Amino acid sequence: MALSQADVLAGIKEIVEEVAGIPAASIELNKSFTDDLEVDSLSMVEVVVACEERFGVKIPDEKVTELATVGDAVNFIVNAAA
Amino acid sequence: MSKVIASKSGSESRILSVGSYRPKRLVPNSEIVDRIESSDEWIRQRTGIESRRFADDSESVLDMATWAVEDALAKAKLSASDIDTLIVATVTFPFQMPSAATAILQRLGHPTAAAFDINAACAGFSYGIAMAHDFIKAGTSKTVLVVGAEKISDFTDPDDRATAFIFADGAGAVVIGQSREAGIGPVEWGSDADSRDAIQMNPSWIDVRDVQTQLTKGGGKWPNISQEGQKVYRWAVFSMSKAAVKALESAGLTVNDIAAFIPHQANMRIIETMAKEMGMPDSVVIADDVRVNGNTSAASIPLAMDVLLDQHPELHGKLALLIGYGAGLVYAGQVVELPPKP
Repeated sequence: MALSQADVLAGIKEIVEEVAGIPAASIELNKSFTDDLEVDSLSMVEVVVACEERFGVKIPDEKVTELATVGDAVNFIVNAAA
Repeated sequence: MSKVIASKSGSESRILSVGSYRPKRLVPNSEIVDRIESSDEWIRQRTGIESRRFADDSESVLDMATWAVEDALAKAKLSASDIDTLIVATVTFPFQMPSAATAILQRLGHPTAAAFDINAACAGFSYGIAMAHDFIKAGTSKTVLVVGAEKISDFTDPDDRATAFIFADGAGAVVIGQSREAGIGPVEWGSDADSRDAIQMNPSWIDVRDVQTQLTKGGGKWPNISQEGQKVYRWAVFSMSKAAVKALESAGLTVNDIAAFIPHQANMRIIETMAKEMGMPDSVVIADDVRVNGNTSAASIPLAMDVLLDQHPELHGKLALLIGYGAGLVYAGQVVELPPKP
């Protein structure tokens, strides 16, 4: 199933707000999960698992560390779902 | 016609008592943060751990295990000679053989019971409960001691930023005996052996012996525990909550039927997220011993059970869900009836 970048971004915003309590309005493509949004490594795992369930993709453990920014995650999910 | 082999059959089982020993020295986060360039706040946020206990030279794995056993026997009003089987779950007894179990028997002055150690890391206690239950059900044993005892500080690198703040020392023990009704439910257990590397102690004893090997491998180190935090967190939270639900289902129960949830005390974040994933109602008391006493591997469930019963005496005789999980990766969970008031 093809996903649009906008759909994935909107989904990630909801997930990050739910998991880490960060307001969706402050979540943008160029924001770093750890440095800008202060999502710690364990919350990141919860974000990843929630993304897998929501978008029907697999995000392997070794890929998680490569997803530095929100944009990295959006691109990975859009490509994985394509 | 040749003769047939006679067989035995047993009964249901239940936990008669729980006992524990905690090392005297409480080590707050402030005491360990400098060596790992961390902070009290960082540790609390990721693990919920405020302090842990480290045993000193006068508190060996065997000392702690024996004291926990004596506490459990006293509470069950039994003596060592009433025990026919002793199972010790540990990964930090520093002798390959003979077992910690036989050493404890000798110290108890009852050197004739069946005795052995098991290695299922942080799941060891739940594995031991499952085995004790099955031994009694099969008629092999009547009264079994299951001990979880660890001195992980002997195998922790105080400079390792991923583990130095997690692990701790202590011992807990339960006496399991015959029962008319089921006091221990069917075990839900298994492993994810493809993730053996996620938690391990390295190097091997062979590498420790062979200095040349140590040098060529860049080793020369004592076997210390290491852990891939994110990988373990993901497995623990999302796979273990499913395994715990299965343990409830195989006992014919739901989260609404239990009074307490006593998971392995790995990390408070794991425990809280597991409880959320399982839809645990507020009425269930959740063990949180890891906050004060750290992660004591195979000892964590009986230690948490003992303190929970001290804090909540109304839980004596009520149903609790246990789940142990750890290096292997391996897990085991079951519903138990908590022991009666001593």
